[in-house]
Amino acid sequence: MATEALGWWGVPLGIAAGTLRGSAPFLFVSLGECLTEKSGKINLGLEGTLLMGAMSAYAISYVTQSPWLGVLVAGLAGIVLGSIHAFLSLQPKVNDIAVGIAMIIFGSGVAFFFGKPFIQPVAPQLPALEFGAWSSQPQVQSALEICPLFLIGVAIAPLMQWFFQSTRWGLLIRAVGDSPDAARAMGISIFKIRLLCIITGSFLAGVGGSYLSLFYPGTWTERISGGQGLMAVALVIFARWQPMQCLYASLLFGGAQAIGPALQSVGVTSYYYLFNASPYILTLAIMIVTCSPKRTLRGAPGTLGSSH
Amino acid sequence: MLNHYHWRGTLEAVCIPIAAIFFSLVLFGIFCALAGADPLGVYASIYKAAFGSWFSFQNTLIRASPLMLTSLCTALPAQLGLMIIGNEGAFVIGGIGAVAVGLAISSAPPTVVQLAMAISGIVCGGLWIGAVGALRYYRAVNETISSLLLNYVAIALLNHLVSGPMRDPSSLNKPSTYPIPALDMLGSIPGTRVHYGLIYGLIACAITYFLMRRTTFGFAARTIGGNIRAARIAGLPVGKLTVAICFLAGSCAGLAGMVEVAAVQGRANESLNANYGYAGILVAFVARHNPLAASLVAVLLGGILASGGILQRLHSLPDATILVFQGLVFLVVLYSESLYGRFRVFQDQSTVRRPPSVPYVPRPTSL
Amino acid sequence: MNPGRSLYLPRRRVMRGVLATAAFGVTSRLWTGCTPTSESQASSSTASGKLLQIGFIYVGPKDDYGYNQAHHEGEVGVAKLSWVKTEEQASVPETTDVEEAMRNMIEQDGAKVLFPTSFGYFEHILTIAPKYPDVQFFHCGGLYQEGKHPKNVGSYFGYIDEAQYLAGIVAGHTSKTGKLGFVAAKPIPQVIRNINSFTLGARSVKPEITTQVIFTGDWSLPVKEAEAANSMADQGIDVITCHVDSPKIVMETAEKRGIFCSGYHADQAKLAPKGYLTGAEWDWTTVYTNYAEMIHSGKTLMNGGIPHIVRGGLKAGYVKLSPYGPAVSATAKKDADIAKAKFKDNSLVIYQGEIKDNTGKVVIPVGKAYKQQDRTLEQMNWLVAGVVGNA
Repeated sequence: MATEALGWWGVPLGIAAGTLRGSAPFLFVSLGECLTEKSGKINLGLEGTLLMGAMSAYAISYVTQSPWLGVLVAGLAGIVLGSIHAFLSLQPKVNDIAVGIAMIIFGSGVAFFFGKPFIQPVAPQLPALEFGAWSSQPQVQSALEICPLFLIGVAIAPLMQWFFQSTRWGLLIRAVGDSPDAARAMGISIFKIRLLCIITGSFLAGVGGSYLSLFYPGTWTERISGGQGLMAVALVIFARWQPMQCLYASLLFGGAQAIGPALQSVGVTSYYYLFNASPYILTLAIMIVTCSPKRTLRGAPGTLGSSH
Repeated sequence: MLNHYHWRGTLEAVCIPIAAIFFSLVLFGIFCALAGADPLGVYASIYKAAFGSWFSFQNTLIRASPLMLTSLCTALPAQLGLMIIGNEGAFVIGGIGAVAVGLAISSAPPTVVQLAMAISGIVCGGLWIGAVGALRYYRAVNETISSLLLNYVAIALLNHLVSGPMRDPSSLNKPSTYPIPALDMLGSIPGTRVHYGLIYGLIACAITYFLMRRTTFGFAARTIGGNIRAARIAGLPVGKLTVAICFLAGSCAGLAGMVEVAAVQGRANESLNANYGYAGILVAFVARHNPLAASLVAVLLGGILASGGILQRLHSLPDATILVFQGLVFLVVLYSESLYGRFRVFQDQSTVRRPPSVPYVPRPTSL
Repeated sequence: MNPGRSLYLPRRRVMRGVLATAAFGVTSRLWTGCTPTSESQASSSTASGKLLQIGFIYVGPKDDYGYNQAHHEGEVGVAKLSWVKTEEQASVPETTDVEEAMRNMIEQDGAKVLFPTSFGYFEHILTIAPKYPDVQFFHCGGLYQEGKHPKNVGSYFGYIDEAQYLAGIVAGHTSKTGKLGFVAAKPIPQVIRNINSFTLGARSVKPEITTQVIFTGDWSLPVKEAEAANSMADQGIDVITCHVDSPKIVMETAEKRGIFCSGYHADQAKLAPKGYLTGAEWDWTTVYTNYAEMIHSGKTLMNGGIPHIVRGGLKAGYVKLSPYGPAVSATAKKDADIAKAKFKDNSLVIYQGEIKDNTGKVVIPVGKAYKQQDRTLEQMNWLVAGVVGNA
């Protein structure tokens, strides 16, 4: 299909398209991690969960020819890894950051090991909703091809915000995260709540992984993630543990990934390594400007990082 | 009763980790059996490849050397209560700095060049993580994120410099800087093929341990890590200490970068980004941020990594198997942390509480 | 009073580590005598019929649907010879890891021939080769220099740019917008040569055609490769090819956008059933089998029987063109087949002047021709006119 070149208009369109295409994994993982961290535990192992989710989704989609089943199984894989992480990090005296790093290694290892037979085959992909049908330009049409999973993620963010602010369960989770002593006094089982939060967070991360292999980039290889899970964990802190801010930050990151190639396609070809690092430089700059010693940790769950 | 040696505690400290390693080997054996390989053969191969001969042990030591230094980059700030994962970035920046200096003064005598490269690696890596510490103190930017982001920035900088301004035109298909003259490279420890980086690593771990546990500087740092308000009340210069410790942390990783350039690669290129930093984070955590223990855990991890090749060649297991093995060992060892104090046999028998024996007193019946 | 309370925590850690490692260390001392010593024999002759042990080292996973897989397929091919025994190790980074891997293959498994297949292994081969003078090291793509490099090191490579030239001819015929795209990893000579050959091939049928090149920066970055393919499609490009470690993403993204694609390293027709035109593939089995047979008959690098630099293209069978896809027109097939025949009888020279680069400078003057074997081509650092982008 022949298309006319867009010239410089291609750059913002490319970035917008990249945002819509590339933010979903960040979104799901950061929302899952937000849930986990609100309860006071850090799950760094989501990078491994992301890979495991991507692999299992692709494998199941190939074997059963149903991509949505793949998404479900990816979530289940997330639940399994989350259970291992929860079991270990909820033991007394075990440091959850260390467990997270070990889980990254273990999760990636298992994903690569079982994923070997699935690198070559082509699995059915998730369907895309064509929001761009009104346009005659193929570029706009393809930029507005959005996966329903992305929309589900976007819907989860305000839902989670409301959940934390206005529901009883949300209050319990926040209590467990901010002040376990108060929670204990209320008779809540801290162990159960944290367990549920870690497992649910891991479920979301697994689903995020399925997006990678079943929509964009839409394939299974061992380098599919490239650190997105780890960045998403950092995103949560950047977003001050607010689900809506996680949404905005994920969009920012998704868009920033597309800056380098979009600029090259219109001829800006030097310094492309530095352009490729632009999401990180941007985030760092924003953090330096907006953080100040007085208001930084507002919003941080009180027990984060300590082993209560 | 007053000063008797708690041999049970030591026994516990020995039995639990050995049992953890043993148990993780069992789990891995089950995994291998399910994957179609012979578990006992796998055990023999791992042993052979990691510790089985002097040849293999040198392999282990070579892989352990960078890990000892990079783990300090996480272990040191942890004493302050900071969690820094910028080891990879400091490693890379230290390597770049070392190469730059090494090339600039390449006509000087080898010892001078090596010393200058080491200092450059130390300073560059130190400034990189020192910036993280400064941002933390003065702008309250979370140090975990800033160090993670700086990792990516450092790698991008490496790629940009190595394929652009610092590129050696004759390094065609693998963009690299000019090589350091062979004279100036770090040699091997005589009698072995392990380079001097191992010695640097061991010395750094020892010095760090001494610094943290035996000097007022280290004590001040640990106080900040323990209770920052008390430290402030006591008048400790929190900001300066934070930046100083972060500088030291970065300098260790930067020195590791210099070693990689001066002892192994001979130049800076994309291979500098070899994940030694991330492995160092794991070593630091498993060693509970204790520098001396970190050197031993680094040897353990070096042994695991050294056995990766033989699993592929002899048992036809895919390359991902070594990741599974690493993950299992560390997960089980981390779990074993929680088992201390749980087994009665390891508890000091004189203090084991028995329920107080209450003499039988018949209940008064109503008259 | 418990002595040294403040030492309790670190001592525990130290004790556990010391005892664990010492236990291993002590037993290793006891075992040293029992470890089988290296099996390298004095003579390297294999004409007597002993199994020839060959080791392969890959920089990535061997099922990456790309570069490493192509080498792995070559290994499978040579392993079919009855007097050859192969072993492989994958995902070996270009640091001390590969040196240790090579040492292990030689000392523990008795390998006499090694094929470390990533370009970045060359420096490490130069470090290890002098220590094992009767083991032969064949490096893929290395620039061997007589006299400077050890005698037991050789290098081989395939002129895959000949296949890319043919792919360019097909692309030129098929493109309706006159714009081609090339997703490249890094601007190194091997990649640049492919870009140039592809463009020159396309220009031989449509002189005004252009190739847009985007460099992703590294050999395997799926998200960047997908973004590059998408932004190329946005700019109106309708045939894409690539030079990355695993072309899978580029092919699949092109298929999703409904444009044509041309493969690399291996046959990716299955990934893009409608849009796959053809592709430039390696045929390493030929190379490895040639080497194995030479060694079997007693020739080695050291005694001069095997040349240190082995190169070959379509004629030697080191590279091949993928079967034509459904979208390739009959004219395109005819032109490509004619060119292929010319390669096979050495009558077609890609780089003959006048050739200008994309800044307008003349890089190959009129009358000058560089044959494929010319070493100058292996240092190419200019992009031919018609390529949009900078090296």
